[in-house]
Amino acid sequence: MSTPAAPHLLFDGIDEPGLATREVYERRGGYEIMKDALRRPQDGIIEELKQSGLRGRGGAGFPLGMKASFIPAGGMDKYLVCNADESEPGTFKDRELLQKSPHSLIEGMIIAAYTVSANKAFIYIRGEYMHQADVLEAAVEEAKAAGYLGDNILGSGHNLELWVHRGAGAYICGEETGLLDSLEGKRGNPRLKPPFPANQGLYQGPTLLNNVETLATIPVILGMGGEEYAKLGVERSSGTKLISISGHVQRPGNYEIELGMRARDILYDLAGGPTAGHEVKFWFPGGSSSPVLLPEDLDTPYDFDSIAKKGSMLGSGAIIICDDTSSPVQVALKLAAFYRHESCGKCTPCREGTNWTLRMLERIDEGLATPMDLDRLASVCQQIQGNCLCVLGDAMAMPVGSLIAKFRDEFEAHIEMRRASPDFLMDLDPHVETPIRVLA
Amino acid sequence: MSHGPYIETRDSPVVAPEPGALGPRDKSIPRRPDGSRVPGWDTPADLSKDPAGVPDLATTPVPEALKAEIEDALSRYPDSKSAIIPALWAAQRTHHWCSPTAVWQVAAVLQRTPAEIMAVATFYDMFETEEIGKNTIYVCTNISCSLRGADALLHQFEVETADRKDEFHVRGFECLGACDIAPMISIDGLYVGPVDVDEVSQVLETVATQGGPAVFPDRQINNRASVDPGAGDRPTHGSAGPQSVIAESSSAKPSGDQVKSQTPGDETSVEGVGPDPRRHSSTTQPSDDPNKDVATEDRATGQDPEDDSL
Repeated sequence: MSTPAAPHLLFDGIDEPGLATREVYERRGGYEIMKDALRRPQDGIIEELKQSGLRGRGGAGFPLGMKASFIPAGGMDKYLVCNADESEPGTFKDRELLQKSPHSLIEGMIIAAYTVSANKAFIYIRGEYMHQADVLEAAVEEAKAAGYLGDNILGSGHNLELWVHRGAGAYICGEETGLLDSLEGKRGNPRLKPPFPANQGLYQGPTLLNNVETLATIPVILGMGGEEYAKLGVERSSGTKLISISGHVQRPGNYEIELGMRARDILYDLAGGPTAGHEVKFWFPGGSSSPVLLPEDLDTPYDFDSIAKKGSMLGSGAIIICDDTSSPVQVALKLAAFYRHESCGKCTPCREGTNWTLRMLERIDEGLATPMDLDRLASVCQQIQGNCLCVLGDAMAMPVGSLIAKFRDEFEAHIEMRRASPDFLMDLDPHVETPIRVLA
Repeated sequence: MSHGPYIETRDSPVVAPEPGALGPRDKSIPRRPDGSRVPGWDTPADLSKDPAGVPDLATTPVPEALKAEIEDALSRYPDSKSAIIPALWAAQRTHHWCSPTAVWQVAAVLQRTPAEIMAVATFYDMFETEEIGKNTIYVCTNISCSLRGADALLHQFEVETADRKDEFHVRGFECLGACDIAPMISIDGLYVGPVDVDEVSQVLETVATQGGPAVFPDRQINNRASVDPGAGDRPTHGSAGPQSVIAESSSAKPSGDQVKSQTPGDETSVEGVGPDPRRHSSTTQPSDDPNKDVATEDRATGQDPEDDSL
């Protein structure tokens, strides 16, 4: 490849055979930084994390150092939770990290737990990642056997118990408070914020909750120094980031990039460009929850602020490319069906809004709608946003709303075409009594 | 993906498509009895029944292994309620689905009401509250897989397993987190992809006769190397100072072809298998990319030269 490679910090040697074992991980210098960190003052580590400017890699982009400093001092039970419930459509970076380098996460978690004085830590991994959870559990056992977990770790006086907790298939459990409810053995319903988890989280105790990639980056930061790490990337988006690129591309997969790389370079240099013979029509810069961007936005630097300036978000760093064979209506329908299924049902705007958005998109797809319905659809999407406890509803409303705004012509033409189609009613099951049929 | 560009505009003449010309879309998300394409949230409670109390462990027969597993889970959490999900996993492994018996046993060991256990079981997609076939196959139908033909794949799986329900439990599923191998399936938790529509019967036969792990070993997620050309095997951050990390990384040669395809602890992996061998043939070389030179310059400063706001 002709372009200079970004420094590889997390994916460095990721394919080395046996990296998932402690033996190989330690041969490569693993756990050294943890041993060193346990001898350092906790404030010093938080300061280092703040200097690094690392922003959370799970989607919200909240600075890690700041979050860690919010955990109150005192003798109460504190918790550390790793969010490995990677279910944002298009995202699969944590999967590769968990599967191939589980010890880097464990090392980061030991340091993080020491920093905020948490004695109990959980890794909430999504139920679908069965193989990854097995690998992780084996790695935790190895760390326990080596004395890196348990009481008085390496004579530091710090105790830590670490457990892998498997989820069971719910998108909402990737939301931090939904995850905490799920970890407490309830249905994964998000909670009202504030109080934020840093004050009242798991079992009402102060909880530091971070994504896999964020926690795995902690040893990297301490190894090279916060200031040095902050030099990577661009201002306010420091460091490297694992990105997942998928959809209509030649080489889909995970790549480690330096933040601020041009989106076009990610697509063409790393992922090999869109499917042969086709052009990009629209793309999601940060998972299916982010508003879509157009081909001309590909020149945007890929970092938190630049993508936000384009009206979208970096999210979890999952780029989904849709080429010119994709229909915005079908994509919107897919999104709405997914979010409607995953809405936990706690807040009315989301529960009803996702449902009616799907129904209206179905009507459009069946030739039963009029262009006026597009305005109604946009209005429903607007009314979901900002009116719920969590952002699941917004996560549907934003991309669907942006698809309608940017491809209104196609939506209108789609309505017309379906209305003219001789079989537009054919997919209604003949045995279902649908009142809509009368309207047609 | 052989069809041409999909372009509709308001100005283009409205042409009625031939019947059936719109492809398998209509069947991709089948309608349910209530007319919608997605399942409802609730099945009504049977109000004629008395509420069940906490089952008595002494009179509820629970398999010893299951009981031990649930008690082990209990020891991990400050609150016994947290053990519900691990306990349900254990029960589902024992009984193959969260049957009323399984729920009753979990409730007995955890000393909670069956309703509380059921409330959790019905919330999570992976807990099966109805009896299912022997092998579970999830077909990811979310956006990235859908763009690559997952809807037709799911349809084909459903057609071919229609009269083999006791053998196969096929479900379209939320994003499984493997969009790099789209369209993909999960056979009892084992990720395989990409799978073509015409390979469905082959997959089913292999699962039925040899089990899931025999399905396309070279396409299983566990046997795949990273596609990132910079992710070679060089000394890691721990042994190297900060300067050397950056120096090494930036001077590192691309090692896409030499990347070890072996994953940790796996002896059966296949050499040289990239993320998708079939897609690589048409890969555009970076040197053909007209944006290459601009790209290189931009990368050095880390930002768009025209974006002066940063």
